Amino acid sequence: MTERYVVAIDQGTTSTRCIVFDRRGRLVSLAQQEHKQYFPKPGWVEHDAAEIWRNVERLAPEALRRAGITEEQVAAVGIANQRETTVLWDRDTGTPVAHAIVWQDTRTDSLVRSLSAAAGVDQVEHDSGLPMATYFSGPRVRWLLDRRPELRERAERGEILFGTMETWLIWKLTGGLHVTDVTNASRTMLLDVRTLDWSPAALAFFGVPRAMLPEVRPSVGVFGTAVAAFPGVRIGAALGDQQAALFGQTCFSPGEAKCTYGTGSFLLLNTGAELVRSTHGLLSTVAYQIAGGPAAYALEGSIAITGSLVQWFRDQLELIASAPEIETLARTVADNGGCYIVPAFSGLYAPYWRSEARGVIVGLTSYITKGHLARAVLEATAWQTREVVDAMNADSGLDLTTLRVDGGMTADNLLMQSIADVLDVPVVRPLAAETVSLGAAYAAGLAVGYWPDLEGLRQNWHRAAHWLPTMDPEVRSAEYANWRRAVERTFDWTRHS
Amino acid sequence: MALGEIARSLDLAKGTTHGILRTLQHVGFVEQDRVSGHYQLGAALQRLGAGHLDVNELRSRSINWADPLAARSGEAVRIGTVFDGKVLVVHHVFRPDDTFQTLDVGTLLPMHATALGKVLIAYRAEGAVPAKELDQLTHRTIHTPQGLADELQRVRDAGWSSEIEEMTFGTASVAAPIRGYGGLVVGAIGINGRVDRICDSHYRPYQRLVTYVREAARAISRDLGAAAR
Repeated sequence: MTERYVVAIDQGTTSTRCIVFDRRGRLVSLAQQEHKQYFPKPGWVEHDAAEIWRNVERLAPEALRRAGITEEQVAAVGIANQRETTVLWDRDTGTPVAHAIVWQDTRTDSLVRSLSAAAGVDQVEHDSGLPMATYFSGPRVRWLLDRRPELRERAERGEILFGTMETWLIWKLTGGLHVTDVTNASRTMLLDVRTLDWSPAALAFFGVPRAMLPEVRPSVGVFGTAVAAFPGVRIGAALGDQQAALFGQTCFSPGEAKCTYGTGSFLLLNTGAELVRSTHGLLSTVAYQIAGGPAAYALEGSIAITGSLVQWFRDQLELIASAPEIETLARTVADNGGCYIVPAFSGLYAPYWRSEARGVIVGLTSYITKGHLARAVLEATAWQTREVVDAMNADSGLDLTTLRVDGGMTADNLLMQSIADVLDVPVVRPLAAETVSLGAAYAAGLAVGYWPDLEGLRQNWHRAAHWLPTMDPEVRSAEYANWRRAVERTFDWTRHS
Repeated sequence: MALGEIARSLDLAKGTTHGILRTLQHVGFVEQDRVSGHYQLGAALQRLGAGHLDVNELRSRSINWADPLAARSGEAVRIGTVFDGKVLVVHHVFRPDDTFQTLDVGTLLPMHATALGKVLIAYRAEGAVPAKELDQLTHRTIHTPQGLADELQRVRDAGWSSEIEEMTFGTASVAAPIRGYGGLVVGAIGINGRVDRICDSHYRPYQRLVTYVREAARAISRDLGAAAR
């Protein structure tokens, strides 16, 4: 019998990747292509959805060629995608009506401020499990329809379609199937996270016609068969990228959590069949749903600035030539020398959600060197993780016992040790670094029976490294108190006019 | 500088000089201006002066190749560079069997009694073998200067190294060079584990494992900008 494989499409913010995995979850081949970032105005970020589709069409055969396999050997394809990014397109021509509005885009700022004060907002926040923020897709759809009244009319007739990135890709792959998965839908603010269908209250509140919305499907289950890019291959799964990473880390049981360290960082805790409503500034989101089963929920702590603080240190302060050198510089000193950096560059996300906060460097004395600043940069990521973990423990009533980590910053040993130290739990890195694509592959393979069950997937997870806490408890609590005092100094810096 | 100028100052024929320049250009030590055809010192030479690749940079650039090597070989992976006459472990991936293991990053290992170390001395830019005493750690340790010189020649001929119960009884390791921009060896990557899993009954490393190690080393070298070889 010929060996069979599973392919993941990882449609990310800066690039799209097609990755082929074998039965043991090992990476066989990879093809990657960046796409253009459009910044038409301050705070605006756009992608060309048509360009992204062309990249998928090119990368699919390339990944198979590099693996030396044919479409017949692909058991299924799974999609993991940048979340909240909003695409509107013409049902007849299949052409986007505008550039996609990317999740980082803050153009809906003033709209969101007025919606926050509008009647019915409490119901929408309750149904969706999300706070009113520019981060989510719902306000973007409203903004587009407000801007171009002709679109609203056509949307009401179902001629203009809405989708997040996976919806757009599945529509192109299958030649016209208009569907989304529960995880991506849970990031629109339009979904009722308990019924897993569009919330009538939210649709009315945002003025979004139901006719333009895709059908909501489980994340793991056959969506359809591709006619383009991978002709004849079944699409077995779609998940938002952070949920895919949770799946790739095999966090299938309540209480299991992972944190992906990239530009920003996203900590997701599986809360099982129970939807936990946060009272500590976390998001309630859908983790995944396997067709025929109940949804698994997650609490999410989103940290806006982690890796991007290192990039700022490199590009704006020019104290290092490459990001990994932050560790070299930080190791020139034994501690932070009393210096703390709170990177509230565009406000603070979880658990504070303070948009008026701005960054500070505190504790400066003539003793401080660039080595101390480098320490403070790395510790900022560790303490922000601690604050999110504290919020999770308080909301879920579970105590995190181990943190599974992935993402580019896991190459930084000093940072990983700092995180173990400040959390006082072991930090574990799995052997598979590509957890986002692996999660999409696992989900797709599971849907078509390539892998038998979740337990089988767990067997593929192996520990590549771990860091154990070594920090003195007194030092830990003193440092945490200092960090929190530093955070307080970021509050109320800017004021809305 | 123009070709004629260089040839005159070296007192060499233009053809010979051109051949040398082409070689230097190939590894990035010399660059040629497209318009004038004149030669100047290349970027790789400046990096050569800067000494070595930052160890955290090396880890960061290697991590996506070290993980698959551990997955394919089933053994622990380590990446090392030279520090103070020893091998400094800059990256370590656990043997993927989920047993309790401790991160070795920052540990110093003897050069002459590890596969990583043999690669690092064999390809040292300075050329010479370290004059330090060669501690005999087991009865298999190569502890004479001549024995080590012969071993290093074998490493250079083969392009990879092995160490079989030369540091600790019952363990063995295999390593290959990581080349940076311009082709200089900036580190070594290898696997280590129980001797009966690394070697056949004749105490020879399994060819399959050697191939995995060399492929990982080549992949990292390619990413670091070493010319394909």
